[in-house]
Amino acid sequence: MNNGPIGAAEPSLATSPPVADEIKTTTCYMCACRCGIKVYLQNGQVRYIEGNRDHPVNKGVLCGKGSAGIMQQYSPARLRAPLLRVGPRGSGEFKEISWDEALALATDWLGAVRKTDPKRLAFFTGRDQSQSLTGWWAIQFGTPNYAAHGGFCSVNMAAAGLYTFGGSFWEFGEPDWDLTRYFMLFGVAEDHASNPIKIGIGKLKNRGAKVVAVNPVRTGYNAIADQWVGIKPGTDGLFVAALIHELLKADRVDFDYLVRYTNAPWLVIQDEGAADDGLFARDRSDKPLCFDKTSNGLIDATAFDISPALVGSFTLPDGRQAKPVFQLLAERYLADDYAPKAVAAETGVAAGDIARIAAELAHAAFEEEVVIDQPWTDWAGRKHDQMIGRPVSMHAMRGISAHSNGFHTCRMIHILQIMLGSIDCPGGFRYKAPYPKCIPPRIKPRGKPGDVAPEEPLGGPHLGFPVEPADLLIDDEGTPQRLDKAFSWDAPFAAHGLMHMVITNAYNGDPYPIDVLFMYMANMAWNSSMNVADTIKCLTEKDAETGDYKIPKFIYSDAYYSETVPYADLILPDTTYLERWDCISLLDRPISEPNGPADAIRQPVVEPDRDVRPFQDVLLDLGARLGLPQMCDAEGGPKYPGGYPDYIVNHERLPGIGPLAGWRGKDGESYGTGDANPDQLQRYIENGCFNAFELPPAQRYFKHANQEYLNWAVMQGYVGARQLLIFRLYCEPMQKFRLAAQGHGAPLPPESHRGRIERYFDPLPFWYPPFEGAELDETEFPLHAITQRPMAMYHSWGSQNAWLRQIHSFNKLFIQRQRGESMDLKDDDWVWIISNIGRVRAQIRLMGGVNADTVWTWNAIGKRRGAWGLKAGAPETERGFLLNHLISELLPKRAGGYHYSNSDPITGQAAWYDLRVRIEKAEADGDWTSPRFEAFADPLGVETPDELTFGIQFKEPSR
Amino acid sequence: MTSLPKSTGKKLGLVIDLDTCVGCQACATSCKEWNTGGYSAPLTDLDPYGPDPHGPWLNRVHSYEAGVGAEGCTVHFPRSCLHCEEPDCVTVCPTGASYKRAEDGIVLVNPETCIGCKLCSWACPYGAREYDESSGVMKKCTLCIDRIYNQNLEPEDRLPACVRACPTGARHFGDIGDPESDVSRLVSDRGGYDLLPEFGYRPVNKYLPPRGRSAAKDTASARAISNAAPLTQSSTADLFFRWADRVLSR
Repeated sequence: MNNGPIGAAEPSLATSPPVADEIKTTTCYMCACRCGIKVYLQNGQVRYIEGNRDHPVNKGVLCGKGSAGIMQQYSPARLRAPLLRVGPRGSGEFKEISWDEALALATDWLGAVRKTDPKRLAFFTGRDQSQSLTGWWAIQFGTPNYAAHGGFCSVNMAAAGLYTFGGSFWEFGEPDWDLTRYFMLFGVAEDHASNPIKIGIGKLKNRGAKVVAVNPVRTGYNAIADQWVGIKPGTDGLFVAALIHELLKADRVDFDYLVRYTNAPWLVIQDEGAADDGLFARDRSDKPLCFDKTSNGLIDATAFDISPALVGSFTLPDGRQAKPVFQLLAERYLADDYAPKAVAAETGVAAGDIARIAAELAHAAFEEEVVIDQPWTDWAGRKHDQMIGRPVSMHAMRGISAHSNGFHTCRMIHILQIMLGSIDCPGGFRYKAPYPKCIPPRIKPRGKPGDVAPEEPLGGPHLGFPVEPADLLIDDEGTPQRLDKAFSWDAPFAAHGLMHMVITNAYNGDPYPIDVLFMYMANMAWNSSMNVADTIKCLTEKDAETGDYKIPKFIYSDAYYSETVPYADLILPDTTYLERWDCISLLDRPISEPNGPADAIRQPVVEPDRDVRPFQDVLLDLGARLGLPQMCDAEGGPKYPGGYPDYIVNHERLPGIGPLAGWRGKDGESYGTGDANPDQLQRYIENGCFNAFELPPAQRYFKHANQEYLNWAVMQGYVGARQLLIFRLYCEPMQKFRLAAQGHGAPLPPESHRGRIERYFDPLPFWYPPFEGAELDETEFPLHAITQRPMAMYHSWGSQNAWLRQIHSFNKLFIQRQRGESMDLKDDDWVWIISNIGRVRAQIRLMGGVNADTVWTWNAIGKRRGAWGLKAGAPETERGFLLNHLISELLPKRAGGYHYSNSDPITGQAAWYDLRVRIEKAEADGDWTSPRFEAFADPLGVETPDELTFGIQFKEPSR
Repeated sequence: MTSLPKSTGKKLGLVIDLDTCVGCQACATSCKEWNTGGYSAPLTDLDPYGPDPHGPWLNRVHSYEAGVGAEGCTVHFPRSCLHCEEPDCVTVCPTGASYKRAEDGIVLVNPETCIGCKLCSWACPYGAREYDESSGVMKKCTLCIDRIYNQNLEPEDRLPACVRACPTGARHFGDIGDPESDVSRLVSDRGGYDLLPEFGYRPVNKYLPPRGRSAAKDTASARAISNAAPLTQSSTADLFFRWADRVLSR
């Protein structure tokens, strides 16, 4: 017997096992980021997914969600076949039917609507990445009721940017990560642009650039910031206004930039009570005027080589006075109410901190100038030897957007960047093509009374950018024409629609009832709706007279058994992201980089093992069955018999412009425009399923003013004219709405809406308290309550993922330590979170890194029993909770009985983060959350395993 | 008892930057994903859709918080085997299943000879060993032994899966025994440190400390920004006079 140490002989190892039979590229869909991935396949199964190093979005890296894609692919919650409801709505009792039956039924329901009144179809598509297809389908159908989920996501950010400087954050532009020296991150950002922000922050850290995080909660990115500003929710606008105040007070503003690129010198008519008060003074050819100091007279403000005045008051030819925009802006922000010491209490940020951040911004912008020796030509044809930049950059998404004051706050952030001269310069913010666009883009929403007729297409896009009240979608009485009341007096700039109001409004028949609700990929009966219980009531309540549901038909498409599936009548099961073709189009939500436009595809890398079809194929099929104009050929057969890939290649939105920009033309040699190329998808596949066009160095900055870039952008159809895109510090379209509220022009808002329009359509951004807090007694609801999305989860999808749910399977309510202790709370205590509409039982956790007036939790971890393939007793259903139950979709009734939605008054953006609550210790009656809804029946009949040994099938037999 | 090699040719390991880690879990899931089909296959998940989902993860990310308010900090801390130079987890192994490779210092478990006695997990002060209840075998970080030498991968991909995936670039892989290697330079430049050095296991993996508030002081420009002088304020009247005089050209 050997009692000595064992050792010496190491077992021999296979250090070069085969890794794949085949590696296929495609595009991730584990969140909205759309990273390039390489999928390792062995025996037809997914062995491994990694980031594609060549891809413009993620450059090889892959986040926690993307790396767990295998478990989404093999999730037990996948729908397996079309389902027809057989039990009452909400029971989860379905029978499987064939696709022929399902499509015939859908065609029957939809066809009846189209023949009578197309607007009685509401088609809303959630987290859809094919909006240029779904929107086009809805146009052909003829309903005005179409949008995706932007209204409950970040429309404030998108719209505010597009009305201000023709861009925004994320898909519209990003910090110059390689050159910026000062980066400010506002609000929760972990859920948009996952990998690009992580890569960017990594670069900043490597270079030692300063990162300042403004967020009530110090987790994630905020945890590694050089400075954390633990602001109170909804007060970011006040904080930013104070920064602007400080910069103005110190005369540290880039005046050359303002004069060159903005409407700062444009003269605004000062004639209170007049129909054109607050509009720009214009010459006979409608050009805005400024006062030129060289000629001492009024001249076309868009001319170049002039010396415009920025302050003063000037007499117009008709004798009235007019002031430059900058004068008005300076008057506003120099006011004492925006001084740091005036905003400190409300924001929770010390005056000294605000002053110091302003000083740092000014230093970074003006003393740390970045110069690139790259000649370029400006819009006026003037040559410049260098590109000179102000290396200050910012990013903000939903944390700022999802407040009822979000639009103005987003505008203020952009105005702060503009005043520092940091838009599209080295080290600043950089646009991503097709942005910058005209300010705002010259697209008007369609859906006025005359636009909708039986069996007629809508005639134009649903979503657009109104610039005057005449652009609203209302009738002569001012009644909204869209079900969600987008582009009505309720939400005039609702550029993404208001998906969060669709079910409530359909139930109430306000403004009218509908026949068919058709939705895709949005968990509206759970975490995507405010006030879940009432949403469920809207979906399940019947009309006493007809005995039919108040929302008579509900068709839903999703890949998984979510909480919304049981409420639909007909389920069209979608594929997973690895089983489908897709198109990440420049016509849609692009994935471009600052150095050039990019687009991408998904290709199927595994075969579905279920009777499911890609939703886009189904939509084209339905379109052909319904006889929709552009979906049928001359003989009435399907125009795209090959389904979505056929459409991707052959569809032309305008002559020569199709879903994909790369390898166009018969020979595949054209970019952007050109004939359809039958080999286009093959060329994408050969290139890793993406195309990234590189702009020449002379076009990479100052795109809004760069002659060479603008010339190219006109050819690509990104902008209409080769003109400087002038930033709108002062938003004249807003003033036109305000004038209407004052009784000028036509149409006029109804009396009930005038006060609201007049107050909030201020052409210069201002801060006002979020509505919910303003309408409640804050002593009764002293705490702000917000959510953020964990970096390892994407909305409700993650909980079916065997790996991701080992990271987050329940959530707690986080409370600032001293605040909690003062309420005699300790970790793991159960509390009631109480809002003005309800209460939720939750377990708490004390923490240091949170604003003392704020509680927060992870978003969308709580699940309903019976959904997502989870077994009884899953922590997601027992201890996981949603704040959604506490958030009302409607604000309290106003005088006259009118309910506004709980949204931004400009855009209709859902104001998720306005929520106010109080906390009460809960009685000790068990370790579970409340409310808990009844469990759904399981329609899937899939045995969920007790043990998962995924991967063993790839192991080499041991030798 | 299992003996250790007298010395190892290389000291392969990870350098993890706590200043840059945002706690996104990419390293954890990419590790799970690679290794459940690799050398350690499978990393069995028990009750994967039920009340208590759990299973071996060779790399886990924890978040810790210290202090309250602006003075506090939050640190994301990825934890995996540190491939110690003096690993008790190896020397306690009664079967020789746990061993440290002479070639590169990687600590491995041979699943053929592991009897699942868990002595190694009790010996490891870092909690880095993960017992697979289903197969009765101890599992642990292999530094992706089946990736780093794998001729079937492109040379640039011969990295541990966690390093390959890390979106912020907070994870680095290399020979910490070679003072000229990139990882060794990083350790010396940034004050990389050993976890619990007092235990004497001499971990190969190093952690780079959070730079905290001083991070921005690493470059002259950032230093200057952080030391920016307070802004000099003027009265509103003075400002408007000054702006009225300013001649700007468009």
